[in-house]
Amino acid sequence: MRTYLDQPEDQGVNSLLSARTLCKRYGRGDALVRAVDDVDLDVETGETVAIMGPSGCGKSTLLHLLGGLDRPDSGEIKLAGKRVDQLGERGLARLRRDAVGFVFQSFHLMDELTAVENVELPALLAGRSPRAARKRALELLSRTGLADRAKFLPSALSGGQRQRVAVARALANEPLIVLADEPTGNLDSAATLEVLRLFDDLHEAGQTLVIVTHDSRIAATADRMITMRDGAFVDETRLTGGTAGSLSRLAGLEG
Amino acid sequence: MGRLALIARLVARDLRHRPAEAVILLLAITAAATTLTLGLVLHGITTGPYERTRTATVAPDIVASVAPANNANQPADLANLTPLAKAPGVIGSSGPYPVRGMTLRTGDYTVPAMAEGRGQAPSAIDRPLLTAGTWARPGSVVLERSFAAALGVKTGQTIFLNDRGFRISGIAVSAALPPYPALCNVGCDFVSPNLPSGQPGLVWMTKTDLLAGATPADPVSWYMNLRLANPASAGTYATAYDNAHTAWSAPYLVSWQRVEVATSRVTESAEGVLLLGSALLALLAIASVAVLAGGRMAGQVRRVGLLKAVGATPGLVAVVLLAEHLLVAAAAACLGLALGWLAAPLVASPGAGLLGSADVSVSLTDAGVVVAVALVVALLATVAPAIRGARASTVRALDDAARTPKRRPVVTRVSRRMPPVLLLGLRIAARRPRRSLLGMASVTVTVAGLVTVLMAHAKFDARAAGSGALTNPVNTEVIHMTTVITVALVLLAAVNALLITWATVLDARRSSALSRALGATAAQVSAGLAVAQMLPALTGAIVGTPLGFLLYAALKHQGGMTYPPVWWLACVVLGTPLVVGALTVIPSRAASRTEVASVLQSGAA
Repeated sequence: MRTYLDQPEDQGVNSLLSARTLCKRYGRGDALVRAVDDVDLDVETGETVAIMGPSGCGKSTLLHLLGGLDRPDSGEIKLAGKRVDQLGERGLARLRRDAVGFVFQSFHLMDELTAVENVELPALLAGRSPRAARKRALELLSRTGLADRAKFLPSALSGGQRQRVAVARALANEPLIVLADEPTGNLDSAATLEVLRLFDDLHEAGQTLVIVTHDSRIAATADRMITMRDGAFVDETRLTGGTAGSLSRLAGLEG
Repeated sequence: MGRLALIARLVARDLRHRPAEAVILLLAITAAATTLTLGLVLHGITTGPYERTRTATVAPDIVASVAPANNANQPADLANLTPLAKAPGVIGSSGPYPVRGMTLRTGDYTVPAMAEGRGQAPSAIDRPLLTAGTWARPGSVVLERSFAAALGVKTGQTIFLNDRGFRISGIAVSAALPPYPALCNVGCDFVSPNLPSGQPGLVWMTKTDLLAGATPADPVSWYMNLRLANPASAGTYATAYDNAHTAWSAPYLVSWQRVEVATSRVTESAEGVLLLGSALLALLAIASVAVLAGGRMAGQVRRVGLLKAVGATPGLVAVVLLAEHLLVAAAAACLGLALGWLAAPLVASPGAGLLGSADVSVSLTDAGVVVAVALVVALLATVAPAIRGARASTVRALDDAARTPKRRPVVTRVSRRMPPVLLLGLRIAARRPRRSLLGMASVTVTVAGLVTVLMAHAKFDARAAGSGALTNPVNTEVIHMTTVITVALVLLAAVNALLITWATVLDARRSSALSRALGATAAQVSAGLAVAQMLPALTGAIVGTPLGFLLYAALKHQGGMTYPPVWWLACVVLGTPLVVGALTVIPSRAASRTEVASVLQSGAA
């Protein structure tokens, strides 16, 4: 089976993910909205980047462009040195399947599937054997602390547990990068802490993460925090502590 | 009054906002209502023409006959017949006339015929009315009109009766006996035993010509026409006489009422086909309305929430949807009644054997039945979604939350082992089992109708392949009607397939977008949606085939079952899911082209 990683790689590129002069517009004339306006971004392997900004500033649109859920109007995106903005529908599907894991604010779990069935779904869609897909799904649920909830339907799980299932699903095909869109936006403080601890573990394990959020406390746990306004980056801060070891110090999140 | 006005306003606004759905609803129910109207008005259409023909031909109240013994070694006993002319209650008679079974041959056909020997002058009772040509003279014959039409012969042509040539001098109608192909319903009982097998027609010739060929091995029967003082009592008179005189040599009496019933059987098959067709169309209409109502409720979740939030009761929400569909159903019933009434003269022919056209009228009872069926169709299909909508939580409705799909552990387990397209298709189909069931039922009904037509055609072809067999106009008419109804069934089933696919596409928007976000290609999602329709279609085709055999068996009155070639049936069973798959291509592809990001951003878990 041909995967995204089988494609030829550009030489001399250090970033895992890079975007150059990325633009996405909606509407025309007076109604024109520049959702993403001339954005440049580099994300290193193993780095956690938080993108902040008010509602409607283009954070989610940027994430969708980076993950191949949407196409830019102009600019280029490279993942592991390969152009992804010019990929066809099949190529984008392969990218989402093999190289990118998504975590959504609304969890987006299949209501009729149990936790383990949700987690194994990307592997099954990728054509992996049912046995291998189930083994990997159980490992991931165990890693996210939900081994005892594997047979539960989403409706029987708390918000934090649902989001942890969604994170496990995002990791099913061992993606190069996980893109999280307001992962704690629908969660209370205790559940937010659960999810942040999980991201902390992923960061420790070397997983590259891009997290879109408007919660400064979440952003403070990243290696780098970028602020967006009206579709453009307006500020970028490298945080010395990063996520590691910082969660317990976050005011208001302790369980 | 205020409440009624509110309901009327909501109904009117909703219908205006969704004209296409309202039109589809209207057409689906109209198709069933029209067919049902046709089936109902066909009942009794021969009564008027039969009475007109009876008066015009001075038809007898009773036909009495005597036949030779079955082995033909004893001739018909005429002495037992003639005294009936003076029996109590009888006020007039004509005859006795000889009658024989013969073999009629034209250039194209060799068929049985029942020949009556007559004088050249008109008789007092039973005067066949010439519609073309002149009365029979030596060497010429007159053919009953529907028999001549089936043979495709005209006056002046020559036919052969028992290998002797006769010129056709005239074509006539008579009400003394049923016309072709219903003659044997009463007439065959009193002709000589050597009538060739098959459906005979009536021929009049001179008595001399008829008796000329008679031999002890091919004897004649005799019959008389009787007029009673009380024609209405002919039925009881004949029955009482026949019950009292059971010896083979005793006269056999047939009343005009029995002849009328036998004549009406000409349209009985068509009536049965139309009533059955209307039942099948009504079932499909239920499926259409149910899919539309379910889809509309799914699309109106937020509207329902808003209505409830501003104080509408759950009852009002249900009443608005019900009122909307009942209104469309009532309009469809009226349209169906009008179309059925207008189309009736096209299909409601009393046959060439009777005078005048059919008396087509829609009685109040017929209209009531059609309206009731249309309303029941709408009610059955709408009540479940209406109640579901009314019971929906206001908060969830305001969030426009989708209904939680059914969990099917077995399907999930089985589909894990399948390729992605089948995995997606099976799981989509299992999410809404009632919708899949509707799709299956729709295909089952259509395939059953289709197989019935194939069987009728197979029988028709088998007969046509036989040597010199004459086409039965009733069978031909039945095949035509069944074909027309099947075309209507196929069209309605196609509309259903599209509606079901569209409803599935809308319902599966979030899960389809999610599958694509998780790595499925647009083509896989599109193919999965098509598979979700094709699986119930295949099941429906498999179930519908034996149902078609049963339907055909229920429709036909005589003769064995003739099965169509296996490859015809294989084409139906395998072709149906392929056609359904092709129909779902456009909505499925349209769905798979939707932007994943926008769907996932608008949906809540």
